[in-house]
Amino acid sequence: MRPNRALEIGTGLFVLLGFAALLFLTTQLPGSGVQLGEQSGYSVSARFDNVGDLKVGSPVTLAGVRIGRVAGIAFDPTDFKAVVTLDIDKRYDHIPDDSDASIQTAGLLGGKYVGIGPGGSDTYLHAGSTITFTQSAIVLENLVNKFFANFASGRSAGGAGEPREDAKK
Amino acid sequence: MTDSDRPTVSSAPAGDAVVEVRGVHYSVGRREVFAGLDLVARRGRVTAIMGPSGTGKTTLLRLITGQAAPTEGEVRVWGERVASLGRRELFALRRRTGMLFQNGALLTDLDVFENVAFPVREHTDLPEPLVRELVLTKLHAVGLRGAARMMPAELSGGMARRVALARAVVMDPEILIYDEPFVGLDPISMGVIVRLIRQMNRVLGITSIVVSHDVHELAAIADDSFLLSQGRCVASGSPEDLRRSDSEVVRQFLDGVADGPVPFHYPAPDYRDELLGSRTPAGGRRSA
Amino acid sequence: MTGPLVRDGLVTGALRRVGAVVVFLAAILAQLLPALARPRLIVHQIYNAGARSLIIIMLCGLFVGMVLGLQGFDLLQRFGSEDALGVAAALGLLKELGPVVTALLFAGRAGTALTSEIGLMRTTDQLAAMQMMAVDPLQRVVVPRFLGGVIAMPLLAAIFSMIGLFGAQLVGVQMMGVDGGAFWSQMQGAVRLDDVQEGFIKSLVFGIACSLIAVYEGYHTEPTAAGVGLATTRTVVASSVLTLLLDYILTAAFL
Repeated sequence: MRPNRALEIGTGLFVLLGFAALLFLTTQLPGSGVQLGEQSGYSVSARFDNVGDLKVGSPVTLAGVRIGRVAGIAFDPTDFKAVVTLDIDKRYDHIPDDSDASIQTAGLLGGKYVGIGPGGSDTYLHAGSTITFTQSAIVLENLVNKFFANFASGRSAGGAGEPREDAKK
Repeated sequence: MTDSDRPTVSSAPAGDAVVEVRGVHYSVGRREVFAGLDLVARRGRVTAIMGPSGTGKTTLLRLITGQAAPTEGEVRVWGERVASLGRRELFALRRRTGMLFQNGALLTDLDVFENVAFPVREHTDLPEPLVRELVLTKLHAVGLRGAARMMPAELSGGMARRVALARAVVMDPEILIYDEPFVGLDPISMGVIVRLIRQMNRVLGITSIVVSHDVHELAAIADDSFLLSQGRCVASGSPEDLRRSDSEVVRQFLDGVADGPVPFHYPAPDYRDELLGSRTPAGGRRSA
Repeated sequence: MTGPLVRDGLVTGALRRVGAVVVFLAAILAQLLPALARPRLIVHQIYNAGARSLIIIMLCGLFVGMVLGLQGFDLLQRFGSEDALGVAAALGLLKELGPVVTALLFAGRAGTALTSEIGLMRTTDQLAAMQMMAVDPLQRVVVPRFLGGVIAMPLLAAIFSMIGLFGAQLVGVQMMGVDGGAFWSQMQGAVRLDDVQEGFIKSLVFGIACSLIAVYEGYHTEPTAAGVGLATTRTVVASSVLTLLLDYILTAAFL
């Protein structure tokens, strides 16, 4: 069979497009998937009392815009807090270092994500900095418990606030 | 390629049997195609196999080339039983055999040149200039060197068959089988094919088997003829012998008589009975 | 071949056909290695099966994605979770619509082309001629076409899903006003690599099934003009039914 240039180029293009689509699907859709290219960002950490069901790969957003992802979740045995490492895209390098981080839920059905609330400082977050103001995941059960506890303590004039408040910092 | 010094007719006495068919029985479904068929094709000769339509001429070719096995009897090519050959030996046998199909059977996605080059490319690693030379030689022999870059769809029936012939001989086979080479050709193309068959046989010394029912064309080229009818060989000999034969079957076939040993009517229940409806039609199956 | 063959009932007929297809698959697999030695033939068939189906796949992917955007938006809006549209569209496309619709389109476009091409080669004695030239038509004709289909299918399905996702995004974000960031970030939060993998495996299996049926029907075409048409029809019907059946089995297996 004689080589047929047009045909081979066409096939090449098709295969290339197919693999590009596969690559797109495997890297861009799953948050925990393999990220395309080098990690072009910097990582900062934040300590939470409770991360709920936050997962590695969950988005990090500022004003609703995705600026990075959760790179790791660890546990600090000295103070029993969760240490969350956030990879922030290097395009967003002007985030004040007194910004706060909170774990939020996307809609009723959505998963957890870390929302950054910008502060007012003139110095910015950089690789290795720590976000000090954090707000933990709102655990629905705890919230309900607390409501009933407050309700009960309000009535029985006693401070038997049994459930520890962890939904508040 | 070493085909040029392969032993062919010149080195061996013409006349020994190359293809032998002995007492072959073969059925398709319940229909018996052959019931004790005997025939022989001899080296360096043109053997014609004639017969009315439906006598299984094509089936015979399938038996000779090992695409089907007889239920009884044997088919030998160069003394070897075709039916007992393994796949590898069968392929080796087929490489020494060329076949011209009824309508050429050119590969539609390749042009004329590549069609002729196909067996060469599949079986050898010849350098391109040699392939080119070989293919163009064969195409020249059939008069179609100028059509080398045409696609099969652009060819007329006669041209397609000539290309197929060039392809069939490109590997220098020792046996060449023609399946109905004259069907559907205009008189000129027919003349060309007749000339080519004779040429292939006389010049290259190829043992040729021609299956056809075109009596007159066959008479012009055949050395031996076999007339098949109803599953067996009913007459054999040179075309002259056949012409002089007074056997009823031979006469009917050669003269084209409508009724005779081969009946005009397909077997059916009694006409009057069926019309009167006194019996349900017996042979439930009817030929369309 | 006018012999009165033994007539098969519906069940035995179906069984026989399944058996014959499996035997044919075994014959193809046996010729796989020798056929791989001729990559150019396979490239040719990837072109035939894949590149030639590209336009129709992309067009259909876009429309399916857009419909998914509309329907998904309407459905999710009722729960106040429009932001989950990205997740819904991505999972729907990756796991179901991408592989299945691609397979159905493939059966109609590439599968029929394969069947009629091989069927015509059978009808015009080209396969017999190859055999006479001591060339195995299974190796030279069938296996490259089979492989071409098997390779092309997952790529087509991936392209379909990707285009579909953009279609859903087009409708959801551009037209219906779902927040673009939420669309993508929710999707990236919820879709797992496993989901992509599931879709890929499905399309690979469908590719094997559809290509196998197409080449089987072509190779076993009754050598008449009507035979080719009949075989083509059978290819579409059998491929579609088998695709949906396999889809259920695979979905159940992945859960």
